[in-house]
Amino acid sequence: MSRKKKVKATVVSQKQIADQIYDLWLETELAKHAHAGQFVAVYPHNASTLLPRPISICEVDKSAGRLRLVYRIAGKGTAEFSACKTGDTLEILGVLGNGFPLEKAKGKRVFLMGGGIGIPPMLELAKELDADKQILVGYRNKDLFLEEDLAKYGNVYIATEDGSVGTKGNVMDAIRANNIRADLIMACGPMPMLRAIKQYAEEQGIEAYISLEERMACGVGACLGCVCKTREVDHHSHVNNARICTDGPVFEAKEVEI
Amino acid sequence: MNTKVTIAGVTLNNPVMTASGTFGSGMEYSDFVDLNRLGAVVTKGVANVPWQGNPTPRVAETYGGMLNAIGLQNPGIDVFAERDIPFLKKYDTKIIVNVCGKTVEDYLEVVERLGDEPVDMLEINVSCPNVKEGAIAFGQKADCLYDITSEIKKKARQPVIMKLSPNVTDITEMAKAAEAAGADALSMINTITGMKIDIHKRKFALANRTGGLSGPAIKPVAVRMVYQASHAVNIPIIGMGGIANAEDAIEFLLAGASAVAVGAMNFVNPYTTIEVIEGIEAYMKQYGIENVTDLIGAVDESL
Repeated sequence: MSRKKKVKATVVSQKQIADQIYDLWLETELAKHAHAGQFVAVYPHNASTLLPRPISICEVDKSAGRLRLVYRIAGKGTAEFSACKTGDTLEILGVLGNGFPLEKAKGKRVFLMGGGIGIPPMLELAKELDADKQILVGYRNKDLFLEEDLAKYGNVYIATEDGSVGTKGNVMDAIRANNIRADLIMACGPMPMLRAIKQYAEEQGIEAYISLEERMACGVGACLGCVCKTREVDHHSHVNNARICTDGPVFEAKEVEI
Repeated sequence: MNTKVTIAGVTLNNPVMTASGTFGSGMEYSDFVDLNRLGAVVTKGVANVPWQGNPTPRVAETYGGMLNAIGLQNPGIDVFAERDIPFLKKYDTKIIVNVCGKTVEDYLEVVERLGDEPVDMLEINVSCPNVKEGAIAFGQKADCLYDITSEIKKKARQPVIMKLSPNVTDITEMAKAAEAAGADALSMINTITGMKIDIHKRKFALANRTGGLSGPAIKPVAVRMVYQASHAVNIPIIGMGGIANAEDAIEFLLAGASAVAVGAMNFVNPYTTIEVIEGIEAYMKQYGIENVTDLIGAVDESL
């Protein structure tokens, strides 16, 4: 594993791709160490918003040394990032967290499931996975994003809450509507979706790896802010609380209590 | 140029430490910071048994600062002694272990257990605002603080630093009580109790509802308390609260601190401690100051 660093990254491009959703390419030395499911922490310039914002990696271009971040404006920090133009610089900390366990998927039928702003990490995952990929993505409405990029790497099944595109409902409804099956699931999305996936995987007797999020401060495992309950005693504090930033953010679903 | 400072007989290579709870036991930040360069590493609080801590969310950002209610999650002294102390021993830095507990007996168990360990000083956390029993209860009443300090002093084999809470009416009373009970040094300030509400969800930002405020927003409060306490007692004070750079650290020294600790700003800039050390040296060079100790309490009191 490479050493974590705080570095200055240069904005290559940025555009809005859906309501409140931005697509940012950064040039950074961190790209060469990045994998699907990992994240970087991006610092606002404004000193009143001190803490770095953890943002998942959407795509990695190792040869050009670039990272793609697709994020939603959630507050002052991300609103500041959304105003960045080509040539601007942003300080980022990374590469953080452990990615998805790619080796587990080799030769298997895999569901890649993303909900809302949990969709972006599915793109790099789809690129890196050597497996039979069924990609299920859930949106609120027809304001879709990344669905064309994802289609390059597997079959894409869309679900929308209002039924305007694809299956009406969520990604679980899309599984049923399309009558598809998998040996393994890899997912990122809102907590109700991850809970449903955990339950589905248990019923089906298959493995599921889910990416969690929580309010973070340090991003490197020191502050113990972003913990989640675990089935087994965690190796750091020995109290069944794993650190999402360093022990995760990807966990095997049966290992965490969500 | 001499940057060494001596606190309770322990000489530090420079006056810059890490504030408890913001640096783990150093391991997590060793990618960023050469721990050999730090005056001391102050560890995350450790209790006699593992503590689970509070539910999440445990952290929330506020204007120029942050609230936390971690609840002192820690692995307990057994794991700590086996894993964290040997890790820190590899470095040329002083080891200060922060001790927490729910009862006097809990504290004493950890203090006694550390007696045989290669630990340079103990910092006693009687000021955490985020655990329901113990901790801050001992740090908000002068007589309670006196009692627990004396009990700990009877058992401790290393110098004892009492970490004071700012959530008191008169910090000098607390400082004097700790000194009278035999404390070798004081550290201040711990976090200031605060609250944040999400107006859209109408929910508390922290699961614990209240949390401890830290970061640059609290620095003036901390500088004032260090100044007041340093005039009330003769034992050394380790100053902390929102230190982001060398200028902030020097302010604490001038106010009367003998050493300083970087806390929440480690999360913002993991290189802060090193930048503070280098900045203090640059300041000493700029003003021709030979000994960093010449800065302690050196604010001009004349009007």
